[in-house]
Amino acid sequence: MINIFEVNETNKMIEEQNLDVRTITLGISLLDCVSDDLNVLCDNIYNKITTVAKDLVATGKEIELEFGIPIVNKRISVTPIALVGAKAAKSPDDFVKIAETLDRAAKTVGVNFLGGYSALVSKGMTEADRTLIKSIPDALAKTTLVCSSVNVGSTRCGIDMDAVRLMGRIIKETSEKSDIGPAKLVVFCNAPDDNPFMAGAFHGVTEGDAVINVGVSGPGVVKRAVAKTKGLGFEELCETIKKTAFKVTRVGQLVAKEASTRLGIPFGIVDLSLAPTPAIGDSVADILCEMGLEYAGAPGTTAALALLNDQVKKGGVMASSYVGGLSGAFIPVSEDQGMINAAEAGALTLEKLEAMTCVCSVGLDMIAVPGDISSSTISGIIADEMAIGMVNNKTTAVRLCPAKGKKVGDSVEYGGLLGHAPVMAVNGFSCEEFINRKGRIPAPIHSFKN
Amino acid sequence: MKKTIITVVGKDTVGIIAKVCTYLANNRINILDISQTIVNGYFNMMMVVDMNDSAKPFADVSSELIQIGEEIGVDIHCQREEIFESMHRI
Repeated sequence: MINIFEVNETNKMIEEQNLDVRTITLGISLLDCVSDDLNVLCDNIYNKITTVAKDLVATGKEIELEFGIPIVNKRISVTPIALVGAKAAKSPDDFVKIAETLDRAAKTVGVNFLGGYSALVSKGMTEADRTLIKSIPDALAKTTLVCSSVNVGSTRCGIDMDAVRLMGRIIKETSEKSDIGPAKLVVFCNAPDDNPFMAGAFHGVTEGDAVINVGVSGPGVVKRAVAKTKGLGFEELCETIKKTAFKVTRVGQLVAKEASTRLGIPFGIVDLSLAPTPAIGDSVADILCEMGLEYAGAPGTTAALALLNDQVKKGGVMASSYVGGLSGAFIPVSEDQGMINAAEAGALTLEKLEAMTCVCSVGLDMIAVPGDISSSTISGIIADEMAIGMVNNKTTAVRLCPAKGKKVGDSVEYGGLLGHAPVMAVNGFSCEEFINRKGRIPAPIHSFKN
Repeated sequence: MKKTIITVVGKDTVGIIAKVCTYLANNRINILDISQTIVNGYFNMMMVVDMNDSAKPFADVSSELIQIGEEIGVDIHCQREEIFESMHRI
């Protein structure tokens, strides 16, 4: 039987070290909502979401209460809207109307975010994809809960550079129409179909009608455990992270199974990501510091992050029957107080962050850049990040936030889980001619790996 | 059996166990196991209880125990056993 020390350990993780379940994300297929009439499509979408997800928030709260574990967000992901709206939406305004319907449905069921205002264009764009992408700035300015993502590359297909060029302009335009807009927009390479985290969650076409995916958190728990390994060797360090990740993931697995049973919706995956929040002590950067770095970004950071990411996966995989999503350590700047401190101290640069994304779970995330950044520079940064994902067979992403009217050293406040960020310097040399080339970068060779 | 873990943490005082046990008895909640320690003057107790025949739903028991805790100056948590089982047992 469970003993008092084990009970105390679990409760300390929850009360003192910010252990929580970051999100229960309900994936809903909207493929059966398709109609060639925009009004009918919007009605179908609203009705399906509000029917399938009607008990999601209440069930999440029940589980929170009974197990004593906070579930920070309840979210919905839907089939990429470029597919669902392809027949009915003829203009960007038509797509914005769908976004507003999604926002209304999300508010009715009381979720924190809804993801899936998305297009998957790694090899080419359909007319609907292009129209949806053009509608993103208005869609994000006119809604509050809708999140958008565009997958522009994959290891199998290469990188659609026309989409990369377009996304540079779209991100810039989004930032001009809404301060918070770019925080709800992410550009992917190798986007997974079952990611429960925002802004990149969508319900892929490989998924069933509805599915429960859960994202765990727990940087604070790992940090506390790593602190106990001070002065010890890498073997002890790795073992400690693995064991801690196992425990954290088991909670995610339990919550996912419980939510699945209560809602009568199949369990999909647990995402093993270490997701930080701006709360003190809930930081991935702090784990790196605890390992022995003065700041995240110091030489050694990439190695420390690679170690952390790998051990989290090794510990987590055994703790869950199905693992998926992004699964790794997130390194957003604005959502992690340790990263903010490192950027403000000058220890962390955009280039070092890019190196870190080669070994971490996602990519350049929640980085504030000067408002006068050119769209071709944004596209250049996206292209670099997509290339890292394409060549290394991993998911990479870019969520850059051009801060209107701000320059390097200023600070931007996003609020809530999104935190605040210092505006970071961007390499000012031009890539315009490269970005203006038409077409796509071919898929990389899958043999001769050296 | 729906096993639930009740934890009580706080400054030691007379009658903590009596108060909690009386409440449980009044609500037909059966105590299966009790363990208790004092760490640095702080009272630390864990009870394993069976809520199968409980007179009240989980949410009510949980909030009423929190209230009893506030009256006697201790923190009382009520959690389903599975969260501890899943974390500490393979």
